[in-house]
Amino acid sequence: MADHLDVRRGVYHDSVSLLQVSRRVADVDGVDKALVAMATELNLDVLASMGFAVPDAGPNDLLVAIRTDDDAVLEAARAEVDAALAASQGTGSAGFGDAPPPRTVAAAVRAGDVDLALVSVPGEHAFVEAMDAVRAGVSVMVFSDNVPVEQEVALKTAAAEQGVLVMGPDAGTAIVSGVGLGFANVVRPGPVGIVAASGTGAQQLTCLLDDAGIGTSHVLGVGGRDLSAAVGGRSTQQAMAALDADPATEVVVVLSKPADPTVAAEVRRVAEHLDTPVVFALLGPDAPDLTAAAAEVATALGREAGEPAQWPAPTDRPGPYTELRGLFAGGTLRDEAMVIAAAALEAPVRSNIPLADDLALTDGLDTPGHVFVDLGEDEFTLGRPHPMIDQRLRLERLAAEAARPGGRVVLLDVVLGHGAHPDPAAELAPAIADAIASGEDLAVVVSLCGTVGDPQDRDRQAAALVEAGASVHLSNAAAARTAVQLAGGRA
Amino acid sequence: MTTETSPLARLLSAEPTIVTAGVELFETSLRDQGVAPVPVDWRPPAGAAADLARIAADPRTADANATALERITAAEPHWVGITTARDAVGIETGQFLHAGPPITWERASGPLRGALIGAMLYEGMADTPEQAIAIAERGELELAPCHSRAAVGPMAGVVSPSMPMFAVENGAFGNRAYCTLNEGLGKVLRYGAYGPEVIERLQWMQQVLAPAMDAAVGRLGSLDLRALIVQALQMGDELHNRNRAASALFVREVVPPLLEAGIDPSELADVVRFINGNEHFFLNLGMPAGKAAVDPARDLPGCTVVVAMARNGTDFGIQVSGTGDRWFTGPAQVPDGLFLGDYGPEDANPDIGDSTITETSGVGGFAMAAAPAIVRFVGGEVGDALTATRTMYDLALGEHPHYQIPILEFRGTPVGIDATRVVRTGIVPAVNTGIAGREAGVGQVGAGLVEPPMEAFVQAVAALAAS
Repeated sequence: MADHLDVRRGVYHDSVSLLQVSRRVADVDGVDKALVAMATELNLDVLASMGFAVPDAGPNDLLVAIRTDDDAVLEAARAEVDAALAASQGTGSAGFGDAPPPRTVAAAVRAGDVDLALVSVPGEHAFVEAMDAVRAGVSVMVFSDNVPVEQEVALKTAAAEQGVLVMGPDAGTAIVSGVGLGFANVVRPGPVGIVAASGTGAQQLTCLLDDAGIGTSHVLGVGGRDLSAAVGGRSTQQAMAALDADPATEVVVVLSKPADPTVAAEVRRVAEHLDTPVVFALLGPDAPDLTAAAAEVATALGREAGEPAQWPAPTDRPGPYTELRGLFAGGTLRDEAMVIAAAALEAPVRSNIPLADDLALTDGLDTPGHVFVDLGEDEFTLGRPHPMIDQRLRLERLAAEAARPGGRVVLLDVVLGHGAHPDPAAELAPAIADAIASGEDLAVVVSLCGTVGDPQDRDRQAAALVEAGASVHLSNAAAARTAVQLAGGRA
Repeated sequence: MTTETSPLARLLSAEPTIVTAGVELFETSLRDQGVAPVPVDWRPPAGAAADLARIAADPRTADANATALERITAAEPHWVGITTARDAVGIETGQFLHAGPPITWERASGPLRGALIGAMLYEGMADTPEQAIAIAERGELELAPCHSRAAVGPMAGVVSPSMPMFAVENGAFGNRAYCTLNEGLGKVLRYGAYGPEVIERLQWMQQVLAPAMDAAVGRLGSLDLRALIVQALQMGDELHNRNRAASALFVREVVPPLLEAGIDPSELADVVRFINGNEHFFLNLGMPAGKAAVDPARDLPGCTVVVAMARNGTDFGIQVSGTGDRWFTGPAQVPDGLFLGDYGPEDANPDIGDSTITETSGVGGFAMAAAPAIVRFVGGEVGDALTATRTMYDLALGEHPHYQIPILEFRGTPVGIDATRVVRTGIVPAVNTGIAGREAGVGQVGAGLVEPPMEAFVQAVAALAAS
């Protein structure tokens, strides 16, 4: 083997670049050993340890040591040195691009100028991310469900100290200054500010108001547990105060599930001290339905609600049908329809979330008689998206209902707006037409929650569903009453 | 009640700026509304969700972390003197400090054993390496981590009683930290070399270099290390793998007092040549500066800030403020980088040294963007250096008010490593390091980057959750 040693006087490259150059040269086929380095004391020792004769050179000189027997290889190796040294100068075009995206809400809000965090990570991780926002003085909407109640309390207590709002956990819907978060409809701006413990309830109310020409300032979701004894209405009170101070809001609606009596009393006491009038819209067996609540809100504003939009079925179907089958995607809409049905029908109304323990389903979705199921419950959504996004389960169920003997009326809800299926009627209408054509005797009633402004276009959706043979109602309560009537119930 | 300036009033007054974490559908839905969200690239955490939730709910944590960050960034480290290890860290013959978490001779890697052998020879406890090994095998060495005695040591980090040490004082809090003097590159004790030239150099450092340094600092009174680090960051150092500018600035500071000190001219020339020929000379001042800055953040109940990251060549260990002196460890990894001469990854020892105190205090890998010249250690491009620092902001509680990076518009370096953030993001701290040879006595074989083991952070978070 022959050693070839060049000393390039006064040529400087940094040691890191040269380590790379050395490696490239050593990798040339036929090169036994190579060292390209500044002639520092350390590198001269390294050179000696590799068996090269040590030249007279100093730290400002570049050593190029190559061991090979082949002149052609030597030539190639020297060319590689020059190429590698030239390459190590760089082109100045390296990526100076954007910062990598933040991995936590804490890092995202640190940049500043953030008003709200929308957290929809799996429930067990939601608290940590939401707390990042609250501690930074930023309001947060927690869409995630399965958040333990003690975490909800901790989050809302911290939020009260920081003067920010926690929406949720399990808040499906919010509209903040016209921006829809989670599942929300495109509604006109206006004077009604809503504090909502129910996402689909808030969607129904805003859509009914929009249909009546009444706009919404904000919808602040608070989560279904907010008015429980444990949570104590913390977010409801915070949201009421915020809407009271908001110049755009002329009337506040508190849309609540049945509340703990002490908490409800406290919330009502707070309401009395606000400058803005408060309308309580309560959900549950003894409360007026959301359509009645919308009328009450209109009255509070000195307006007239009028009759909510409806689109009759193309063929008159007098009934009566023996069974009423409610296949719902929205929990609150199902609750409301089931309460109306249970009050008007003689036979029992069964459900996966029954009004009484003895009204549970006896044979799953095939339970005979009047049945109201919430297909958005965990038992049906395991392994697939929520039915507001993915309609496959409802399509299958429609076909199964049509295959059952005897006459029946099927009641469906279709929820439009941001986050929902982009064109539900495109899938549902053919399935409804098929069910009506193949079923022994079947009527379909649709509760259509949406606005003309929604990306799916409410009126186009209604027209397609009617063409398929359904009757369509903007008011969920009206849809329920129509279905009840078809099932022979008291009108 | 809200007021006009409250965050809630602002939320309701205009189109909000929204951070999204989780379901992508909602991000898309915001874009469809013409609203640009700030998306979080969220991933499931590397540790238990319940532990992270418990810490997030701990009422002590926010204040404790704020205090820790405030203390670390308020530090005013000054070089104030030269002292012997015997006086500085209170060790006697037979007692040695080492880098990283606690370890025994039996579990020690090659470089640490080599450095201990060298230190025994240097102390006159043994005349030959064989004798030294016999002493060690009889269990007659008392070993303790540097971190347990307010000290830090690069690579093997072995400190024996006769060694001179830099004394660094944190002007803001009065605490001190110590580190030996840097021996230069190649075959040196800290890389596990213990040949005669190593011992001779150590003796020269004790007899000539240390008194000269003592004379210099005596004339200076003290040297403001923070000011020097601030300048070096703007001159392309990150203060761990690159100390070239800081070492040059140090020479500029000490030469005038050295010239005035009446030192024998030939010895003076040796001293200046020695310091000047070692571009890592400042590392042994930067490290105790970091240690002095971070120590006041120790022992704050509920605090999740990492106060030490250190390796002994076998284990990588961390200490967290809220859990006192407990170490949480995982296996030290072999660094990924470039190798000297004929050496390759098979010659490399697993990660070793307390020099990760630089990253812990907001420089080193965290200031990588300041030192684009060294990105090629990992075959990277300049953009990678920027990305490394920018990524570390995700792990850090804050930004250093003094340590700034020109290319990031003088943004402060990320500082205050939050152990919970490491576990939440799945990103470990970026660490730059030298690479020691696996065999005792070989010395340095390369330099590069290394990944701390995530399990150390996961354990720390579990302990914090239980604290």
